[in-house]
Amino acid sequence: MSKLIVADLTCQRGYNELFSNLSFELNSGEILKISGANGSGKTSLLKIIAGLNSAESGNLSINNNKVGTYEYQSEIFYLGHLPALSPELHCKENLDYLNQLNNSSSSQMLDEALTNVGLINFESEYAANLSAGQKRRVVLSALFITQSKVWLLDEPFTALDSNGINMFEAQIIKHCNNNGICVLTTHQKCNLPGLKTLTL
Amino acid sequence: MNIFIKTLTRDLKMSIRNPFSFLNPLLFFVIAISLFPLAISPESHTLSNIAPGIVWVTCMLSVLLSLNALFHYDYDNGVLEQMVISHHSLPLILLAKTIAHWLLTGLPIILLSPLLGMTLFLDAKSIYILMLTLLLATPSLSLIGAIGASLIVGIKNSGMLLSLLILPLYIPILIFATSAVSQSQFNLPIKGQLYFLASILLISLMSSPFVSALALKTSLD
Repeated sequence: MSKLIVADLTCQRGYNELFSNLSFELNSGEILKISGANGSGKTSLLKIIAGLNSAESGNLSINNNKVGTYEYQSEIFYLGHLPALSPELHCKENLDYLNQLNNSSSSQMLDEALTNVGLINFESEYAANLSAGQKRRVVLSALFITQSKVWLLDEPFTALDSNGINMFEAQIIKHCNNNGICVLTTHQKCNLPGLKTLTL
Repeated sequence: MNIFIKTLTRDLKMSIRNPFSFLNPLLFFVIAISLFPLAISPESHTLSNIAPGIVWVTCMLSVLLSLNALFHYDYDNGVLEQMVISHHSLPLILLAKTIAHWLLTGLPIILLSPLLGMTLFLDAKSIYILMLTLLLATPSLSLIGAIGASLIVGIKNSGMLLSLLILPLYIPILIFATSAVSQSQFNLPIKGQLYFLASILLISLMSSPFVSALALKTSLD
């Protein structure tokens, strides 16, 4: 069982205070959608939870482990706006490296992971030759084999076709059924049961 | 340790597939040095006197040229974000990247230096000392450069800023390395300079990965 606790989080960018004293708790199996207008601090909140940015004040913990610790960071998988792929590397090499950086079980299942996201025979294709949607799928294949319990997904459905979105939603549901936690921001409608919403 | 080897091989693989990223600074090194005999004097006495300075200044500038790319591409495509939030040690990842940088910049410079030393009429012993100073000090150039590169990551057109940040830190290396080669030409003792270069290398090896990691986190925040 995992528990993400966000307590009294305040975030300021420049002279603007994006949010203050934000608190919530998420337990295993829960999905939280962060909504809000452009510039309301959705991405900043996700980056703070991921440990990429720092907050003005407040605390973050997963199973009583503070942000920045080995235990906390190994529970996090952050999917940001950028593709997180190097154009000079093959799909499989990119996936292998993402796998190493994140908390993944083994590197034996890389071919299978790529096939599962619809990239059949793409192992030796350079990431530079992929479309935006295909690049997204390579990163998703890393997400789907991670052992991290907390998924932080920033606009995850961008560049995906309708099949891709359905497949992704099914994986999010499967992850949460396996005691995972998912925090996502999206402007699209999503069919996720038991979805909680937090408006910034 | 696995992540160290993975990062090192990944960076080497990426550079070999995109060779201009490391060939450009090397070409600059070769071309700049080969222009000096044309511009100053083809006389062996004049050239051998100024050779240590020429090789070392050009070496520093070519390392400086290559530093922008150290974190730039990974920052642009989002891999750097993944490195920072990874549960692995960020200093270890950055050390691997810095060593990859040295293998592709410093090491080829060391290997090319005998040839370029000969064109500047350096004798065999001075070439040997020149290679020794390059071997001791080019890793320090990459390590110190990594601190600067992590401070300016995300800033567009930051070449000048990087030079301003890094060059003052390179000055002691330049002084000790060139004076070692010059003094060896007159058969004077050079142990002191070599010890200084070695101690700079040890200090930068110990501190650079940690300082770079801190700087990188601050730059991305």
